[in-house]
Amino acid sequence: MTIRVIPRLDIKGPNLVKGIHLEGLRVLGKPEWFARRYYEQGADELLYMDVVASLYGRNSLLEIVTRTAKDIFIPLTVGGGLRSTDDIKAILRAGADKVALNTAAIREPELVRSASRQFGSSTIVVSIEAIRQPNGVYEAYTDNGRERTGIDAVEWASEAAKLGAGEILLTSVDREGTGSGFELELLHQVAAVTDVPVIVCGGAGRVEHALAAAAAGADALALASILHYQLLDELKLAQLAFHEEGNVEYLRGGRSFGKVQPTALSKLKAYLVDNGVCCRFPV
Amino acid sequence: MSKARIAIVDYGMGNLFSVQRACDVSGIDAFVARGPDELERADGFILPGIGAFGTAMRELNESGMSTSLIQAARSGKPLLGICLGLQLLMTESHEFGRHLGLDLIPGSVRRLPELVDGERVKVPQVGWRQVHAPSAKPWAQSLLQGVANGTFMYFVHSYYVEPMTKDCVVAVTSHGGYEYCSAIARDNIFACQFHPERSGGEGLRIYANFAAFVEQRNIGRG
Repeated sequence: MTIRVIPRLDIKGPNLVKGIHLEGLRVLGKPEWFARRYYEQGADELLYMDVVASLYGRNSLLEIVTRTAKDIFIPLTVGGGLRSTDDIKAILRAGADKVALNTAAIREPELVRSASRQFGSSTIVVSIEAIRQPNGVYEAYTDNGRERTGIDAVEWASEAAKLGAGEILLTSVDREGTGSGFELELLHQVAAVTDVPVIVCGGAGRVEHALAAAAAGADALALASILHYQLLDELKLAQLAFHEEGNVEYLRGGRSFGKVQPTALSKLKAYLVDNGVCCRFPV
Repeated sequence: MSKARIAIVDYGMGNLFSVQRACDVSGIDAFVARGPDELERADGFILPGIGAFGTAMRELNESGMSTSLIQAARSGKPLLGICLGLQLLMTESHEFGRHLGLDLIPGSVRRLPELVDGERVKVPQVGWRQVHAPSAKPWAQSLLQGVANGTFMYFVHSYYVEPMTKDCVVAVTSHGGYEYCSAIARDNIFACQFHPERSGGEGLRIYANFAAFVEQRNIGRG
């Protein structure tokens, strides 16, 4: 098994953003710039999530996707606000290789079936945003962890795979942005009920977290803060020129990483390899 | 002699954007071809592919492109097959029933095993896997020229090809310990199970080698 390391870039309007529990978004920079750097550093794939598309019903990703995909020769998965096979087709035409469906898939599970028939299962990733409830059950949420569904996330993962999803992107909203490590119990439960690859997402703050998820059987790791904050210093000089929507004061001022220990992608992979994890390395 | 033109065969499945971009950066003058007439004008072909074998063959047959492709390949024009584009070259597939392929390479398409030596192995195989040269098979003469033995390439597939004779197998890959053919080469035909346009700089080498091969053939024919 070769594990994939996948930078996750949350997109709001023209910017790369990062929040905590998918909220409180801070602007970090231009997604294309980060994407290019990750490609050069040996990223195995890239994941773009339009984090406000569901909320405002807009689909502004196409141009960013095209600009990114033009010069990056690794797979690009795009999610956020995709509602129909027409939306999926448009994103694929713009240069994405796969799409991630959450809100629309939960509202209309048949979309997973029809889309996987039309575009192939390997093109359809079902994104599950889970929050652990007081009774220990993981509930699936939509609209970036804002809306409850009453649906058991583990059961939904199993059903999504049966409907034709080629992969499950499994995000723990509880852990997302906290740097406190992946929710491995959720990973165990989902991996036990489905054979499709699981991309674990939310909580990676240190290289040890990546290693723990690899040991727990994750097929791929989606990483954000740990990688993004490392690139920020490189970026900072070139960055102050933009003034698009969003909270950019954070960039100009000091910053706190909480529990996150920023690490370059190539160093993170080297650490995994040193600890016996198979991944694509050297790049 | 004008620059060779390469047709990216569009049978309505999968995303051609990345294939087109890989051609652009590799100096290949490529265009998307949607019918036999457009295929006629090409000096070489890229047969990409994502999706089901049966559906793809139906599209190729109904559009008349399968006949053009077979003729062109037999006439010696360069052909690069990718993923499903490799599988379509075979005699037949057993994906969702039995379907006949282009039969340019005698062999069949089979489903990857989900149990290897008693261990569960996930299907589809998604991600980066190493490509190895079968023993005593140098890559110097194929489109893998310059690629290091053991290089990681990006795979997404549930089925693999089993050529009838092994002489065309130029690369093998492991699926949880089960070794299968991940690239073939025979005369003017090269095809790989992985996606070179999604395998970073090492994958792009295959496009660059294809560009050089096409030019060489084009000059030879001109």
